[in-house]
Amino acid sequence: MIDKTRTNRAWLLILPMTVLVAFSAIVPLMTVVNYSVQDILGPNTKVYVGFEWFRKALRDPELHAAFLRQLLFSFSVLAIELPLGLGISLIMPRRGWAISASLVVLALPLLIPWNVVGTIWQIFGRPDIGAGGAALVKLGLDYNYTVNRVDAWLTVLVMDVWHWTPLVALLCYSGLRAIPHAYYQAAAIDGASPWSVFRYIQLPKLKNVLVIAVLLRFMDSFMIYTEPFVVTGGGPGNSTTFLSQFLTRLAVGQFDLGPAAAFSLIYFLFILLFCYVFYTIMNRVGQG
Amino acid sequence: MAEILLRAISHSYGVARGARDRAGRRAPVYALRDVELRWRDGGAYALLGPSGCGKTTLLGIISGLIRPTRGEVLYAGKDVTDLPSRGRNIAQVFQFPVVYDTMTVGQNLAFPLRNRGLAAAEIDRRVGRIAEILELSAVLAMRATRLTADQKQVLALGRGLVRDDVAAILFDEPLTVIDPHRKWLLRRKLKEIHKQFRHTLIYVTHDQTEALTFADEVVVMQTGQVLQRGTPEELFLRPAHTYVGYFIGSPGMNVLPCEVAAGIEAGAMLARIGAHEVALPAGLDPALAGPGLELGIRPEHIAVLGEPAAGLPAVVGAVEDHGRFRIVTARLGDRPIKIRIGHAVNAPRLAAGEVVRLGFPPEHICLYRDGRIVAPVAPVAPIAPGAQGEVAA
Repeated sequence: MIDKTRTNRAWLLILPMTVLVAFSAIVPLMTVVNYSVQDILGPNTKVYVGFEWFRKALRDPELHAAFLRQLLFSFSVLAIELPLGLGISLIMPRRGWAISASLVVLALPLLIPWNVVGTIWQIFGRPDIGAGGAALVKLGLDYNYTVNRVDAWLTVLVMDVWHWTPLVALLCYSGLRAIPHAYYQAAAIDGASPWSVFRYIQLPKLKNVLVIAVLLRFMDSFMIYTEPFVVTGGGPGNSTTFLSQFLTRLAVGQFDLGPAAAFSLIYFLFILLFCYVFYTIMNRVGQG
Repeated sequence: MAEILLRAISHSYGVARGARDRAGRRAPVYALRDVELRWRDGGAYALLGPSGCGKTTLLGIISGLIRPTRGEVLYAGKDVTDLPSRGRNIAQVFQFPVVYDTMTVGQNLAFPLRNRGLAAAEIDRRVGRIAEILELSAVLAMRATRLTADQKQVLALGRGLVRDDVAAILFDEPLTVIDPHRKWLLRRKLKEIHKQFRHTLIYVTHDQTEALTFADEVVVMQTGQVLQRGTPEELFLRPAHTYVGYFIGSPGMNVLPCEVAAGIEAGAMLARIGAHEVALPAGLDPALAGPGLELGIRPEHIAVLGEPAAGLPAVVGAVEDHGRFRIVTARLGDRPIKIRIGHAVNAPRLAAGEVVRLGFPPEHICLYRDGRIVAPVAPVAPIAPGAQGEVAA
């Protein structure tokens, strides 16, 4: 009987957390679920439509295009930022004042608010007055991100690389610093080449931070909104309209709450699925 | 395999904040000072000393991981001071087991050979042979990360053994992370391997039991200097420095301030400890007479005398029973003194507050001035086997 009382008291202790999570996550999410199965015609006129919005979202060609664009963008970001960040972390200094100096320089882009990053690049890339854009034009390139789709894409991609590679570099650097010195000493005694040291000591020891880096960068780039919104506004045409921008246009622009809710759930589940699959695979690799 | 010679080695890791020499300049802090050591080919050595005494630094200098600030390292007469580790024929086992995570046990063993560009057939042959000796054959195809800590240490040792050119295998406190009951097995395996391969082994430790049971010769270090090198027996019976006497043995040697004077008989000498007199061994240099010396005697050599008038009176403080023996802490005047008494049938039963008479057998007395031994200076006479067991215990 005493045990039973104790268990009941435990409920009291987790109550504040439960309330907090309910208001921050469960209630908003369930509201979205609620919207996704209804057609909201006015403040008080709602019609239950079942999975109609989901079916529609999955068949929408415009959404398919945005989805593919998003996938391409996220994988480009990963393909560039991971090797680049790892490379930077490997050549970062290991002792003295240079450590602090390089850390501060690297962390600077991470400290800038996202819409400011967008504004910086929007101005930097302008072919008439931007330092970057004007320089390219001077070099004889026909660069203009407001007109040319490829230019717009490259601008957004380079901006993301500039903004987020430091995060990958910092993660890898902390991982490298955590490798006990004895590993390098043993490798020196075993006559290992620098490549062997990287391949058999550094890379395996960095596996965990690299998994985290991939997850963070994938989720973040898959949800990218602010920076392309500020730089290109999704254009020219739809060429830089990524999923979250598409969603915003649907929900806030056209006020299609039902379809937008259905689509956000699909969006959310996709990210969850990707991360789960990736994480599971990486864990298997580690134990094999 | 080769003789390794360290000549006038000093090493400093840099200038400590606020450290100044007498002239007020920023003075470097030395981790090692003027170390001269010769490691015979095929010997089993232990480097013994407290944490921070410079033993790991010394090991790093031998293996080439650290370049000494001053001095030379010679392998078989060849100066290798400027040669990095991979250019020296040396193997090292570290405190924490180092294995290459992504490789199998077999690949780990093959790694040093592959790096040196040996033929695949030769690599397989050597890996197979060493794996058999180290009892790793059954797990060759297993991932190295799945081994237990002691197996990992054996594997790390194996990466040194597969190379047939190593001048010495260095061990940096290799048993620190091993379970106590596996330590003993691993240590025995090391001794077997030493017998079989006759590599020079240098074993760093701060555990005297490990050092004394492992090595033919032990080098005792303190604050960057070598205090004594010798067989376990020499370290026990004739500590060259009071610190060695204190560090080796449990409990350590009793060191009592004394004054040396000539005795009544011609040629005899005695030591005065407070108001009491102790006979010293015959044949001492009469020039030793004078104040400011220290008398060292091992707790196991002090005799508790039956007669009430003989010996030195001491008041018993605490008696610790260790099963096989007892450690008695007593006071001789104002100095504490430890006595180790076996559990013989007729051994005296001692209680706190009791006054006992202590006898110091002259042949077991060592005399020190400024911490260094001044008598006896003759080498240790051979003693009966079995007395050594006491040292290690």
